[in-house]
Amino acid sequence: MSHSFLQDALIYLAAAIVFVPVAKRLGMGSVLGYLLAGIMIGPFFLGLVGQKQEVIHFAEFGVVMMLFLIGLELEPAHFWGMRRLILGSGAVQLGATTLLFLALFAAVGLHWQAALALGLALSMSSTAIALQTLREKGLVQTQAGRCSFAVLLFQDISVIPILAVLPLLATAAVQTGTGGQATFLERLPGWAQTIAVLAAVGAVGLSGRFVIVPFLRFIGRINLRELFTASALFIVMAAAFLMELVGLSPALGTFLAGVVLANTEYRHELESDIEPFKGILLGLFFISVGASINFSLILERPLTTAALVCGVIAIKFVVLLLTGRLTRLTFDQNLLFSLGLAQVGEFAFVLFSFIRQLNLVSAEWTDTLMGVTAISMTATPLLLLLNERFIVPRFGVREEEAKQADAIDLHTPVILAGFGPFGSTIGRFLRANGVEATILDNDSDRVALLRKMGFKVFYGDATRIDILQAAGADRARILIAAIGSPAINQDLIEKVQRLFPNLRILARAENRIDAYELMDMGISDIYRETLDTSIRMGVDCLVTLGFRRYSATRAGQNFLKYDEAALQKLAALRHDKSAYIFTVREQYQLQEQLLATDREVNPTLGDHAWDSEMYVKTPAEDPPAR
Amino acid sequence: MHSILILFAHPRFEKSRVNRALLAGVERLPGVTLRDLYEHYPDFNVDVEREKELLSSHQVIVWHHPLYMYSCPALLKQWLDLVLEYGWAHGRGVYSLQDRIVFNALTSGGTRETYSRAGHNRFTVREFLAPFAQTARLCRMRYLPPFVVQGTHLLGEEQLAVHAALYRTLLELLGRGEVDAETIGRFEFLNDWLNQVFGEP
Repeated sequence: MSHSFLQDALIYLAAAIVFVPVAKRLGMGSVLGYLLAGIMIGPFFLGLVGQKQEVIHFAEFGVVMMLFLIGLELEPAHFWGMRRLILGSGAVQLGATTLLFLALFAAVGLHWQAALALGLALSMSSTAIALQTLREKGLVQTQAGRCSFAVLLFQDISVIPILAVLPLLATAAVQTGTGGQATFLERLPGWAQTIAVLAAVGAVGLSGRFVIVPFLRFIGRINLRELFTASALFIVMAAAFLMELVGLSPALGTFLAGVVLANTEYRHELESDIEPFKGILLGLFFISVGASINFSLILERPLTTAALVCGVIAIKFVVLLLTGRLTRLTFDQNLLFSLGLAQVGEFAFVLFSFIRQLNLVSAEWTDTLMGVTAISMTATPLLLLLNERFIVPRFGVREEEAKQADAIDLHTPVILAGFGPFGSTIGRFLRANGVEATILDNDSDRVALLRKMGFKVFYGDATRIDILQAAGADRARILIAAIGSPAINQDLIEKVQRLFPNLRILARAENRIDAYELMDMGISDIYRETLDTSIRMGVDCLVTLGFRRYSATRAGQNFLKYDEAALQKLAALRHDKSAYIFTVREQYQLQEQLLATDREVNPTLGDHAWDSEMYVKTPAEDPPAR
Repeated sequence: MHSILILFAHPRFEKSRVNRALLAGVERLPGVTLRDLYEHYPDFNVDVEREKELLSSHQVIVWHHPLYMYSCPALLKQWLDLVLEYGWAHGRGVYSLQDRIVFNALTSGGTRETYSRAGHNRFTVREFLAPFAQTARLCRMRYLPPFVVQGTHLLGEEQLAVHAALYRTLLELLGRGEVDAETIGRFEFLNDWLNQVFGEP
């Protein structure tokens, strides 16, 4: 068992490692890469793995995790802002597509329940492919992008009720989805079942706010990253388990948990903790789907398959075009939207395998349609390419993209890492000037407090690349590195320099030594945290001693300028030492060096502005005023 | 009873013997407010609303400053640009400072003789003050001749005391409202008028 497990794992992983990069290079996206890998190792090509139901079952947990992440993405405010678009266009697309397929399948002689189930499955589009493509093309913020996002979101949410409704469509003779094992729920009387279901949903909803958040806060304080990851996995699995216990879809549980946690400060942290697991399990899921595609069936009837693929894409395309018209998309935006979503998506695989489990239709149908789904997904990049190269240039209108007032700007130009006393001042200042920065901070207590005060702060370790990615580092313009610990701040800066060269870095430095190190890293915008404040204090001291405020202010300004210049000068000298190990003694040396230089070039004594004494000593024809 | 607002602008007051003498104790005169602009706004960030309030609550405004490069110091110019707003001091039919008395009190290193056609500075002080006169006119204020102390480097302590006393007298007269703008408008400097009234020292 252990041997065969290792062997299978090796085959799956190797296939992914080989085919996903190839698919990526060909511009097809990772989903197609996994499918391709599955097809190749499947029984119809290399035959390295058999049809392993247990792998699919295990990998289906990837879908469950994906729903958790989709739930997390559903920030209520964001959702509320787009509610009309989501509900309107989503319902039109899903409803019309399902009805058309229902009519079609009923016409070829399927029972209406089966036809409805297949129609629902085929109305799904691929979130993974469509959003990935839009993002790669930089089209997420266009109207087509927004509309695609809305429709996909509606579909993703609909999966949950659909999964719940499918068993009802199955005839009484058919066993239930859990494989005959009576659930806890089924042993209860009807009224208690309803209460149990409501209680379970309520439990997930309430525990999010009153149990999970305090729990995560507690875990966050312990400051062990793997413990947080474990907690994230625990939450997902607990939600799934609870739902399964009462006989509901585990996907529903995790989705709900995700929605509940979407508006908490742990959103980004949870997202990046679950993301790798989801990625790998979803990959595994797609591989096993690929492996289970019945190619002999397709090859036996190539014409039928081709006709089905074209028919399915055509029907979906027409409905989408109509939806686009209703939401008033312009011509080429509508084409992009309709072609981008015309494929059948990954959720169809989930639904087809569920439909097969329920014996709603014959395996022949689901096998054929799974093949159709895979082919339609493969066709999407090709269709979009055709659209881009041939259709739009010929028939499209070059339009101006007017941003609607209610369009939600998802990404801010500034990322502010570290929201301590230093960073928060910057954040407040920017906010006062109408700039909302994306804030990253990893002190959960402070995050909770600041959120209570109405700030938008995310909880996460800013040096983690996935979190930076989630915060939009590849689209922002400025990174303000204001983390209190110089070591972490430098770690962050080093990563950002390497991975996000688009970002201009403004760096906080603790002291001179820290500033030197930042200068060595090639940073030019360095802000020593004590410099300006110390000088301001010195200025006020002079004023209290009787100096004129303006003269003291000028002296302060000059000293600041001089000190920055001295920093540059001494930074070069620093490298004269063969090995630079910073010690307290060396800090004193530095201080001594500075004090000596200060005496040589007194930055304040040189200020002779408006000083008429100078003129009197060298009597000019016209001495100025005194 | 008129209240007087002295808007004093000197970036290096600590080194100005003459201005210290002129301003010594003027704050204690009834109705006089001394506003040291460089002390209030070392960063040039003039508080426009506060300045407007002060202007509104005074009847006589003095732009008191040394003559630097034939004009006022930068902060006073900043003050003029920011405070005398369009739509408040002038324009759109609003003249919040209408009929208020305003004049320059200034010190210059050069003597009166150098500020003449034949002199080294080629123009008169009144000519150099044209922007102030026109600004006052724009705001429908009553612009008086300037109070001028010149040749500051040559002034002995005694002469300085005379100038300071004259300035105090002027402020007291203005405070009592015993000034006829028509009459004194004919003099080149306020000093000339005062000297005529009280006799040359």
